[in-house]
Amino acid sequence: MRRFLLISVPYIWLLALFLVPFVIVLKISLSDAAIARPPYMPTFDWAEGIWAFLSQLDLENFTWLIEDDLYWKAYLSSLKIALTSTILTLFVGYPIAYGMARAPEEWRPMLMMLVILPFWTSFLIRVYAWKGILANEGFLNQFLLWTGLATEPLQILNTTTAVYIGIVYTYLPFMILPIYAALDRMDDSLIEAAEDLGCSRMSAFWLVTIPLSKGGIIAGCFLVFIPAMGEFVIPSLLGGSDTLMIGKVLWEEFFSNRDWPVASAVAVILLLILVVPIVLFQRNQQKEQESDT
Amino acid sequence: MKRLSAFNVVSLTLGFAFLYIPMLILILFSFNESKLVTVWAGFSTKWYGELMQNEAMLQAAWVTIKVAVFSSTIATVLGTMAAYVLVRSGRFLGRTLFSGMIYAPLVMPEVITGLSLLLLFIGIGLDRGVLTIVLAHTTFAMCYVSVVVSSRLATFDRSLEEAALDLGCSAAEAFRLVTLPIIAPAVVSGWLLAFTLSLDDLVIASFTTGPAATTLPIKIFSAVRLGVSPEINALSTIMIGIVTVGVISASLVSKRALVKQRQEEQEAVRTS
Repeated sequence: MRRFLLISVPYIWLLALFLVPFVIVLKISLSDAAIARPPYMPTFDWAEGIWAFLSQLDLENFTWLIEDDLYWKAYLSSLKIALTSTILTLFVGYPIAYGMARAPEEWRPMLMMLVILPFWTSFLIRVYAWKGILANEGFLNQFLLWTGLATEPLQILNTTTAVYIGIVYTYLPFMILPIYAALDRMDDSLIEAAEDLGCSRMSAFWLVTIPLSKGGIIAGCFLVFIPAMGEFVIPSLLGGSDTLMIGKVLWEEFFSNRDWPVASAVAVILLLILVVPIVLFQRNQQKEQESDT
Repeated sequence: MKRLSAFNVVSLTLGFAFLYIPMLILILFSFNESKLVTVWAGFSTKWYGELMQNEAMLQAAWVTIKVAVFSSTIATVLGTMAAYVLVRSGRFLGRTLFSGMIYAPLVMPEVITGLSLLLLFIGIGLDRGVLTIVLAHTTFAMCYVSVVVSSRLATFDRSLEEAALDLGCSAAEAFRLVTLPIIAPAVVSGWLLAFTLSLDDLVIASFTTGPAATTLPIKIFSAVRLGVSPEINALSTIMIGIVTVGVISASLVSKRALVKQRQEEQEAVRTS
């Protein structure tokens, strides 16, 4: 009895507040927009029966998404932005994680703390901080003008470049931590062995260190890519009107256009796109866990 | 022998500069006299004063703290239960679905979680406000809590629990007297994580809130959209300060707890 209670309370909570809402999104994505409250058709009516209800559902919103190239472009450009910024984050994050793993033992808790601290700090505030830096009269431009690297202020804020900077900055801890964990587990004598056997330092790095930290690299990349794909805050604060990202499109479809069925259809497709990386990520995590034990 | 190469030193320096300079600039300019956030015009704390006068902002801060306390507390209870089920309950009907529902919210884009919960609340005719935000935050935060707690439960020596049961404890007593003290650090960090996630959340709160309940992130977002303002810098500085103190003291406490636990274990080994 107690076991039943223990299982059923969190189970029912998640069913009611996680799974059921998805079924509703799916249902509304198959409905039609209507000027009513709530603004979609058909609403479920027990009297009419379930078949009458189901027969009114159709794929119209999805055909609409395919025909209107705004959505296509938004998905593709989100994919491009998420992929590019994941690679950029890897290039910025790997040397930091590597440096941390090679730092003296007594520094490491301190360095870990320095990476984790921004992670606990408000996401919104960290994105906001870049607004003052990237603006036309901002610090970066002041600095560039002062050093003579630029002769006139560069337009960075409200461009896609600013979005890249924002994503790299906010998701950097997610990249550093798993890579650091992988490098930290690594046995240093392997590098020594490689060097004794005639590897140069560089080739020992490429042939031993990189392959052994592969699990961490993969985990870090997914941890950046998956949330970046649906990102809303960064493109709307740092991006310009030409920065198309699907999270922003969904938000506007819902709040500005009040087209709930189309917003739901956008969500369903975004989820379908993300299923692949999510499953791959889970597999990678399982593999890592198994190799640990 | 590990040695930091010049490359390591440079990448660490640049990396941490990149992580911290934006926040330092933000903090510095919260003490700026001028309203222009990019030109330094002398030291002043007037923006903190203005912030304290800003009724709407204080109201939003109060709502946010209320939501965070309630949702993180409920999430900690539910998340700990869920972790216990995942690690200890063996097989039961729908276990795969259950663990799927625990892990999925961790990677779900916030816009989708927010949208789906809003559609649910409208569907069942629940008025949107503090209650709906608490429900929404509890749902995604409990998953984080259960991940944190279950990793502790998985490495935990079950024979301790069995010993308690053999010595006549009921299952509930064994949990309260043996299991809970051991997993307590994980439960506390789960609560802290849930609390910060709730404080920080803009997207899900925007979807699930009504006109009556504006949280701080929603307020900040609408102010920040228009541009930079020294008042927001002041607010950010306060929030960064709280988080810094919190994270550092939490890590000191957990370090001390670890040291104490080790000492006790050694003591136990010696006396036995």
